[in-house]
Amino acid sequence: MAVRVQEEDFDIAAEIDALCAGRVDIGAVVSFTGLVRDLGQAAALSSLELEHYPGMTERALEAIEAEARARWPLQGVTLVHRYGVLAPGARIVLVLTASPHRAAAFEAAEFLMDYLKTRAPFWKKEATDHGGHWVDARESDDLAEERWRR
Amino acid sequence: MRVLYFAWVRERIGVPREEVETGAETVAGLIEELRGREERYALAFSDLSALRVAVDQEVVDFDAPLAAAREVAFFPPMTGG
Repeated sequence: MAVRVQEEDFDIAAEIDALCAGRVDIGAVVSFTGLVRDLGQAAALSSLELEHYPGMTERALEAIEAEARARWPLQGVTLVHRYGVLAPGARIVLVLTASPHRAAAFEAAEFLMDYLKTRAPFWKKEATDHGGHWVDARESDDLAEERWRR
Repeated sequence: MRVLYFAWVRERIGVPREEVETGAETVAGLIEELRGREERYALAFSDLSALRVAVDQEVVDFDAPLAAAREVAFFPPMTGG
């Protein structure tokens, strides 16, 4: 399945194998993996909790994927986004794009990540020794999304 | 209709979802009704610039009509990826 929202971890190599299985026309596969990072600010991150909107999340991811396919000649797309409580270092999101040539695969992967940041209904809550707080949406993410609409 | 709350909106209101009887014609009208209910709603809806809304799982503006809407969700700006 091209789009998945799940609590469990994913296997990047297995996902690439699945995307390319039985095909010899794919020239480029770009993979992006997002990880839970500990920025080491005032307090160490003990975990990151991702909340989502079941139903709408899948619809939003499918709409983002459809838009990428309309813009670039993609032979395959895989989007996997996790939710739940994740430890520092854990994988959060996987984007795979396959195309005959690398330029489309790279561009589409960037596009998909920029749209995921601002259009997929996920919310992050950081837990530290000083309690939990919701991560604010970043203006830089809005600007990154906007460049695709110019 | 079913009203859903996510992230800190859910925490302020205290429940993830509820059934709301309303005659409001727009999202803004629904927000006014909710604000008048109890302090926790007034607090959650105090700054609309910090909120987003989806009607039947499509992100819309606050002046969007509610006619035939089954599900309205309120949440902060999304932070996926």
